Amino acid sequence: MATRLQFENNCEVGVFSKLTNAYCLVAIGGSENFYSVFESELADVIPVVKTSIGGTRIIGRLCAGNKNGLLLPHTTTDQELQHLRNSLPDQVVVQRVDERLSALGNCIACNDHVALTHTDLDRETEEMIADVLGVEVFRQTIAGNILVGSYCAFSNRGGLVHPHTSIEDLDELSTLLQVPLVAGTVNRGSEVIAAGMTVNDWTAFCGSDTTATELSVIESVFKLREAQPSAIVDEMRKSLIDTYV
Amino acid sequence: MAWGYILGFNNMFGSSGMAEESGMFRVHQTIGSVLCCKCGIPMQPNAANMCVKCLRSEVDITEGLLKRLVLVHCPECESYLQPPRSWVKLQLESKELLTFCLKKLQKNLNSNKVRLVHAEFIWTEPHSRRVKVKVRVQKEVLNGAILEQSYPVEYVQQEHMCESCSRVQANPDQWVAAVQLRQHVSHRRTFFYLEQLILKHGAAASAIRIKQMEQGIDFFFSNRSHGVKFVEFIGKVAPVRSRHDRQLVSHDPKSNNYNYKYTFSVELSPICREDLICLPPKLAVSLGNIGPIVICTKVTNSIALLDPFTLRHCFLDADQYWRASFKSLLTSRQLVEYIVLDVEVVSSEVTIGGTKYRLADAQIARLSDFGKNDTIFNVKTHLGHLLNPGDYALGYDLYGANSNDMELDKYKGLVLPEAVLIKKSYEEKRQKKRGKPRAWKLKSLEMEVDDKGRVDQDKMLSEYEQFLKDLEENPDMRFNISLYRNKEYQPSEMASVTDGDELPSVPLEELLADLDLSENEDEEDNMTE
Repeated sequence: MATRLQFENNCEVGVFSKLTNAYCLVAIGGSENFYSVFESELADVIPVVKTSIGGTRIIGRLCAGNKNGLLLPHTTTDQELQHLRNSLPDQVVVQRVDERLSALGNCIACNDHVALTHTDLDRETEEMIADVLGVEVFRQTIAGNILVGSYCAFSNRGGLVHPHTSIEDLDELSTLLQVPLVAGTVNRGSEVIAAGMTVNDWTAFCGSDTTATELSVIESVFKLREAQPSAIVDEMRKSLIDTYV
Repeated sequence: MAWGYILGFNNMFGSSGMAEESGMFRVHQTIGSVLCCKCGIPMQPNAANMCVKCLRSEVDITEGLLKRLVLVHCPECESYLQPPRSWVKLQLESKELLTFCLKKLQKNLNSNKVRLVHAEFIWTEPHSRRVKVKVRVQKEVLNGAILEQSYPVEYVQQEHMCESCSRVQANPDQWVAAVQLRQHVSHRRTFFYLEQLILKHGAAASAIRIKQMEQGIDFFFSNRSHGVKFVEFIGKVAPVRSRHDRQLVSHDPKSNNYNYKYTFSVELSPICREDLICLPPKLAVSLGNIGPIVICTKVTNSIALLDPFTLRHCFLDADQYWRASFKSLLTSRQLVEYIVLDVEVVSSEVTIGGTKYRLADAQIARLSDFGKNDTIFNVKTHLGHLLNPGDYALGYDLYGANSNDMELDKYKGLVLPEAVLIKKSYEEKRQKKRGKPRAWKLKSLEMEVDDKGRVDQDKMLSEYEQFLKDLEENPDMRFNISLYRNKEYQPSEMASVTDGDELPSVPLEELLADLDLSENEDEEDNMTE
């Protein structure tokens, strides 16, 4: 289900939060409203962690992660790193990356299997991404923009990209990512997709300016309508149990 | 090197970004369609990511623009007010009117950061007092999307008589400035010539009335500056002395507005071409001891004088003349016809001021004496290049003249020549051509003639005829004048018969065609070309 919310009267929720299948990071805000929305949706399924990165609140754009790991920029302080290590589940590897392009959230877009990165990313960083997040890395651009982390948002079920992406590019990216992609907008025609929304396999959060049309597009491409967190667990259970005694 | 490899690698998938570099394989890009974020219809992505209808419903770029304006119009002269005070004559549905209307909108458009793209008239009834213009504007909205919208602007025409029309209505004869041109001589040759000059240069275009007076012409203007302009024009073409005065007509004590009537009194110098002059001694000395008897050869804004016996020349400009202020001894009325008996050239041909002269000794006799008695004069003349024995010439008869000029008395011991020849006479040949129309015509100014009977019609006609003959004989006089081809002229068969030297006439190339001097021509056309 897609939810509309605001962070301190600003609709760019993807900037102030990071949502994955295993955890959710939320910025420290003036009021608790932002946090409580996430809590009400996710509390019983995944941990919702309040944090800052490098003393800033724009955590969604500074870190990149999936259910396997979390990458933080070199500006993260030791205390923040320790706090995150303590709060997140043990199977999530938290790693600080020494990378010139420190806004990792803008440079890396990933789900649990594939990652798209900024074309100028260091070799070592690319290896670390492959290592920590356990994904296959592709350097790409989206509609001529090198900040792939900003202009697309994708989960394991589908993805939304910059509206000016051509059909050939869409096909190419779709092949790489192995998920259906659609070009669209969020927050009433804003092209910066990942800043306006944050998504995982069963839920999405968008800015409150998002129109009904955009919301329906998001729900259809990310297949959120029938998704329930328990559904995934049930599917896993089906594959795990082969016989009843 | 490695970077180059990666580029190549990425190109296998035809990445759009990398393909910007030249020489690489480019995949054809098809723009996909997105859904309009408001109404959900599929559309091409644009800067606002909303379909045009939604964008237009959201943003009205004509908000804050003027839709209704006032144009002040004068019904008498069909002109529109251009603030603060000038009136321009404009036709309905014309380009100039469109420019005029758009200019009024410009400031408002600029302050709203809206750009004008196209404008055209919407037809309205001519008597509806409305002018409608459809204007198309562009404005940048949201994040870089440019929206174009067209809207109608209505101009309401308010009727208000302009100042000049109201003044004319109040008193049609009202003038503000009057220029009184006078020349104290007994002929009107100068005024004929001035009339042609004024016509050529259109100097009297703004005159509301022209009146012919004795010894001069009066011009009336509705604006002081027109009068000043006219006086300056005259000052450039003739040596004049002028003074100006004004008379208070009305006075508004509250706003301190004073209305005056201005008069300019312009006096032309009485010296004309072909006049015989005796220079005052002081002036003759200051001009380099030029012989006191001189002929005036040309009058423009300075007077050209020629000493016929020594071929020395000098110029007097208006200031110099009016300081000395002498009159001519004999004028062209007093020219007497002579027959040339013998010519002996003394010096070579000299060119002064564009005209050729040659000093010669001539034996001449007055035509009245010729055959009757033996009175022969031996004179020096400057017309050696023109005269041959047997020619007729016109000159001043100083031998028989009784002049009581004050300047002459100042010279003690001056020996006057017996005759001074001025020009060659073509009278004999003219007799043959009498009555035949000329190949060219002149225009004339619309003048009111003072009908008190003092003007002698015959005298005027003969003077005019003389003026036309002068024009034919003097090419440099024609220089400043426009001559028009006479449509009624048929070259006669007799023209092929030549007898001796030709009568000087105006060559056809000098004539301006394309002028219709028919009777149904308006008064306006007479004054302008």
